[in-house]
Amino acid sequence: MNADEPFIRFDWIIDNLGQIGQRLGEHVLMVVASVLIGFVISFGLALLARSHRWTYGPIIAVTSTLYAIPSLALFVLLIPITGLSLTTGIVALVLYTLLILVRNIVVALDGVPPEVVEAATGMGYGPLQRFWRVELPVATPVIVAGLRIATVTTVGLVAITTFIGLGGLGYLIINSGTRRFFPTSIYVGVALCVVLAVVADLLLLWLQRRLTPWAAAQGR
Amino acid sequence: MQDAAGAVVAFEHVTKRYGRSGGPPAVDDLTFTVAAGEICVLVGPSGSGKTTTMKMVNRLIEPTSGRITIDGQDVMSLPAVELRRRIGYVIQQVGLFPHLTVAENIAVVPGLLDWDKPRIRTRVEELLDLIGLEAGSYADRYPAELSGGERQRVGVARALAADPPVMLMDEPFGAVDPIRRDRLQNEFLRLQDKVGKTVIFVTHDVDEAIKMADRIAILQRGGTLAQYDAPAAILAEPASEFVEHFVGADRGLKRLSLNRVSDLELTRPIVVRAGDDRAAARGRLRDGDGAGYALLVDAEGRPIGWIDDDELAGDGTITADAARAGAVTVEPETTLRDALSALLGSSVMLGVVVDERERVIGLVSVESISDRLRKAGSPT
Amino acid sequence: MELFGQGIAWLADPANWTDPRNGIFLRLWEHVSLSAAALAAAIAIGLPIGVWIGHTGRGATAVIAIANIGRAVPSIGWLGIVFPLTLVAFGRGGLGFVPSVIALTALGIPPIVTNAYAGMREVDADLVEAGRGMGMREMDVVRQVEIPVALPVILAGIRVSAVQIVATATLAAIVGGGTLGDFIIQGIFVRALDRVVGAAILVAILAILTELAFSLLERRAISPGIRRGGQAAPIEPGGVALPRVAG
Repeated sequence: MNADEPFIRFDWIIDNLGQIGQRLGEHVLMVVASVLIGFVISFGLALLARSHRWTYGPIIAVTSTLYAIPSLALFVLLIPITGLSLTTGIVALVLYTLLILVRNIVVALDGVPPEVVEAATGMGYGPLQRFWRVELPVATPVIVAGLRIATVTTVGLVAITTFIGLGGLGYLIINSGTRRFFPTSIYVGVALCVVLAVVADLLLLWLQRRLTPWAAAQGR
Repeated sequence: MQDAAGAVVAFEHVTKRYGRSGGPPAVDDLTFTVAAGEICVLVGPSGSGKTTTMKMVNRLIEPTSGRITIDGQDVMSLPAVELRRRIGYVIQQVGLFPHLTVAENIAVVPGLLDWDKPRIRTRVEELLDLIGLEAGSYADRYPAELSGGERQRVGVARALAADPPVMLMDEPFGAVDPIRRDRLQNEFLRLQDKVGKTVIFVTHDVDEAIKMADRIAILQRGGTLAQYDAPAAILAEPASEFVEHFVGADRGLKRLSLNRVSDLELTRPIVVRAGDDRAAARGRLRDGDGAGYALLVDAEGRPIGWIDDDELAGDGTITADAARAGAVTVEPETTLRDALSALLGSSVMLGVVVDERERVIGLVSVESISDRLRKAGSPT
Repeated sequence: MELFGQGIAWLADPANWTDPRNGIFLRLWEHVSLSAAALAAAIAIGLPIGVWIGHTGRGATAVIAIANIGRAVPSIGWLGIVFPLTLVAFGRGGLGFVPSVIALTALGIPPIVTNAYAGMREVDADLVEAGRGMGMREMDVVRQVEIPVALPVILAGIRVSAVQIVATATLAAIVGGGTLGDFIIQGIFVRALDRVVGAAILVAILAILTELAFSLLERRAISPGIRRGGQAAPIEPGGVALPRVAG
């Protein structure tokens, strides 16, 4: 890049709206897929941890370790197993969601006041009914809080998948931006990442308010 | 070190309004004087401004108009931090600093006053001794390692650290259960006998006010003073319908709170110990007038429980688990009202009076309490 | 697993360590010095801000909102944002160390600010009032009461920030900042997976060591009177920070 290159070239943005939209779409797809799969797996792990308490320690230890591996390295390490594919990206992204989601689901369910559980039992709910109709709804705000963090984290991580040929908006930041010294592309990529994170966060917050109208008074 | 005695605290037309000046006052034109060395209890329903009144003394809240003086000096004439270092402050949640040890907590104000280290150490030991906690085992503990009662006592010691003439106590015993509260109250009264501070004490509990106060200031909604008088006078002659209502319909019963166990003539129990000969004990039980019960005590003289003729039957010696019923204990500072209530809950209708170390010093009975009342004249 | 062995083999070759222009020692030094500089700057900026808004409550909403948006910026995004600016400002000096430090500092500030703020806010109001009532000045209250009591949360924020910086320093390689990330980038381009794995192992070890070092520091610095055991708190948006995956 030379000093004459303006930071933002609007003509480039307009000319490349198609490409930008496509990258954004990829980005959203990877985030949604990873968080959804991660949530399903985490929910299973959390139920396991609650029914067999001794598994909680090991589950947290393993997910914490996964969380500590630099993402660039993890993506590369998965290549020999799943190849340069979308699968590689999604697998790594899913692994990173587990720690936050498992922990929050367990803490949320543990946090249901015992008197509420007892009242439900006393009113004749069976264990399964009690879980779906009482415990899960009460735990929802904390569970959604975990989903919000996991989603925002994943939005940032998707960018790194550029190095294995994916990347979504990360492609704009790294490949056409930093590597080619083209700031416009970088800023478009970063700005869309932030917007995406904020929008996803607000959507989840809205979802939580819809699901748990009684919690609105407590804020968050 | 000789503790400084109390100082006179005077409120002169003190008013406090929150927000814009047009709002209703939280405290309205208060004028009263707390004599040196007295415990003044501020009591009233919520919204009566009792806590606000207290906090104006150390300027955590500043009055809108009027003045408060300590030994004649206007509290507004000193920088707030200097003023506060001269006033002890105990709050309901105690507010011990969790990251500091007991000794370090007590040393906070002396530290702010730049005392030298040896002087602080001496003072801390003195205070731990005063509140009955052994320095060797308590000085280096953290608040989390103390019981609720111990924390409360350390809170009082911390407030006394720089030997302030005035102490402010904001519902200091509000967060403990009734039995422990009675103990802490008794302990504080004993302590106050030794240190003689001027104490301004906030509570919403009329019974606590009657027990603790030399003088009670009853505040009513809107922050005006409904009555300021000694507890006996307030019970005998409530100044208004509000006071009468606030003090409660059982004023007669509450007058029992004006007297303490130490006002009674205590009877001596028939005391037996583990290891005593059964036959000899039976003989003493028959000769004495202990209503057919002997009190079993441990080696230190602390009560274990009551024992009667049946359990003393047979030969051999008395064992430590021979007691049939537990003993109800009261302290000399316990009010007659609390003592009576305790006796009625005891199967033998007798209360064992114990000292600070829980050693037996005598007995109270329902009869001794009613005798005392008869002598004092019939309750209104 | 075979790949893992290759990585170890690469690490075991002394020649890979000592090369003065592209050796592990050089890259390790770049990695550590870059991280240390960025962490120091992040603490110097973030801590006073967090403590101040935590103590006064003033400006908290705005600062926390900014910090949360900062968290939403991908780690790689910080480098992207900073790099063109420093290039214009410093010319050739705008490559490598300078943009990397600035980007890593920006990345490290949010957890420090949010944790210091959350820690200070969590301090029981009674303790603050007790301090004031005993005649402490505002600075005494901050230094002797609020900071010591909030220290576990404050230090946790610094730890999260440090781990994040160490892990993300890997990405500085993209803008010529060297660091262990250089081996990963090189490796991807020349298809030499042994050094990718080797460097990844080193970065992971470095991140874990940072975590351990700060945990040790926390244990020594926090008063034994304050134990934050008991029930685990949920992870909440705008709440106490968790390290994010980086690098």
